[in-house]
Amino acid sequence: MKRRKAEWLTSLPTLVWLTLFVVVPTLLVFVIAFRPANPYGGIGRGWTLDTIRALATPSTLLIAWRTLWISLLTTAICLVLAVPTGYTIARAPARLRNRLLLLVIVPFWTSFLVRVFAWRSLLHPEGPIKKLLEALGLAGPDTTLLYNPVAVVLVMVYTFLPFTILPIYAAAEKFDFRLVEAARDLGARPFQSFRKVFLPGIRRGLLTAVLVVFIPALGSYIIPDLVGGPSGEMLGNKIAQRVFSDRNLPHASALSAVLVLAVLAPLVAVLVLQRKDKKSKIIMGEAP
Amino acid sequence: MRRSRFPIAVTGLVLAFLYLPILILVANSFNPARYSSRWEGFSLVWYAKLFRSPEIWQAVRNTLLIAVSVTAVSVVLGTLAAYALHRWSSSRLQRLHFTLIYQPLVVPEILMGISLLMAFVAVGVPLGLFTIFLAHVTFCVSFVAMTVLGRLQDFDFSVIEAARDLGASPWQSTRRVLIPMLMPGIVAGGLLAFTLSVDDFVITFFVAGPGSTTLPLRIYSMIKYGAPPLINALSTLLLAVTLSAVLLSQHLADRRSGAG
Repeated sequence: MKRRKAEWLTSLPTLVWLTLFVVVPTLLVFVIAFRPANPYGGIGRGWTLDTIRALATPSTLLIAWRTLWISLLTTAICLVLAVPTGYTIARAPARLRNRLLLLVIVPFWTSFLVRVFAWRSLLHPEGPIKKLLEALGLAGPDTTLLYNPVAVVLVMVYTFLPFTILPIYAAAEKFDFRLVEAARDLGARPFQSFRKVFLPGIRRGLLTAVLVVFIPALGSYIIPDLVGGPSGEMLGNKIAQRVFSDRNLPHASALSAVLVLAVLAPLVAVLVLQRKDKKSKIIMGEAP
Repeated sequence: MRRSRFPIAVTGLVLAFLYLPILILVANSFNPARYSSRWEGFSLVWYAKLFRSPEIWQAVRNTLLIAVSVTAVSVVLGTLAAYALHRWSSSRLQRLHFTLIYQPLVVPEILMGISLLMAFVAVGVPLGLFTIFLAHVTFCVSFVAMTVLGRLQDFDFSVIEAARDLGASPWQSTRRVLIPMLMPGIVAGGLLAFTLSVDDFVITFFVAGPGSTTLPLRIYSMIKYGAPPLINALSTLLLAVTLSAVLLSQHLADRRSGAG
């Protein structure tokens, strides 16, 4: 009985706080999506399905589709770059390994806004990359590097890459590399042993890496806002527009509800994969 | 056996890709030219301009005020939560507790921002420094809890039992044994909370009100409407601050692994 009391006393503060500021607000988003807007930018009385119907417009569908492909492409590129990097760091001698890890962690702690801004100036029409491409004859004076979906993918890869490397490194570090050597001894070619032995061996890390890129990518706001322009807009930008320009909270809620469902899909998929694969458990707290 | 050089080459390129943009930004903060394509000599002109801007100082004050109070509250809440999560890890209540604490780590920031905004609007809380504080504590608690939980996982509870056997009261054994041994984890969690609070843009953007501009909000409006070189200078200063925080937390982590 005394133990129960101690457990409740230590858990109650966070339980109450997170219920008030996470659970209730999330439910509220779903409720407000069925409310009409009032002309003062607030929430009106009564119930309506109009907001949900308005989601099926071609422009919203186009943005949802773009959000999906930009996030998928970003995740894929991050993985392709992070797997060899995580592998190299895991196989480096201890001293060098710590240095390399620190190099990966530093961008993790530097301001997100600053990193996006650094690219905005690099891609600027007066910036160094444009000048370089012009000098090489690869770009004309009218080429714009900013404000398109490619710029969004580039900057998203840049900002999410450290988050991808860390879980892959964590898994590769625990991987028994003698298995790869055994495969090689048995006649596997380097790429075969990599694909058939190493990749399955680090699948926990791969799944975590996919989640830590794909989910925040779906909810991107700053990057498409600062380097995407109208042709690079994503769901996050639409939500912000509904809040700040149109002052239509029910519309913003409906779009957010779509985003919540989009985020839940990969999470549920991973849970199902985990069930199938009992001994593996996804731990996201492995990043520092 | 010969190892492929390919992964090493990729790692080199990845590190160059991660660092070149930041290095160019730092270099340009000392460049008096308005656009970064031409080097016009070393100068501190942008730093001087920065220090004379009253809006920046106001934003720094707001940011620090929020970050310090957020760190204090989330360290207490997060440490308590981590203790409960670890001590009764198999109970159903703690499984629910863990799921709740996990949410802010996986939910995209914009969803947290918009849902908190809806809640504050629905209840009628005026937007400002206080709503930013509430929002920041909400995500910082989870990061502190996870960091302290990591430390608890290699904590040997027989030490506490020994203290109790030697006549320490529960309160004494907590204050004199448990908390000091968890300190590196608590400090690391606090540093993380502080940095996250100082750096947060998206959630702050949604729950800020008039007069509660923080540094990231100021930087954002400068990026959209202001002079790029000023932001280079401000970013460089910010980098210096966060870099010190990383080195400090690394130092604490090293001491932890050194202590075994």
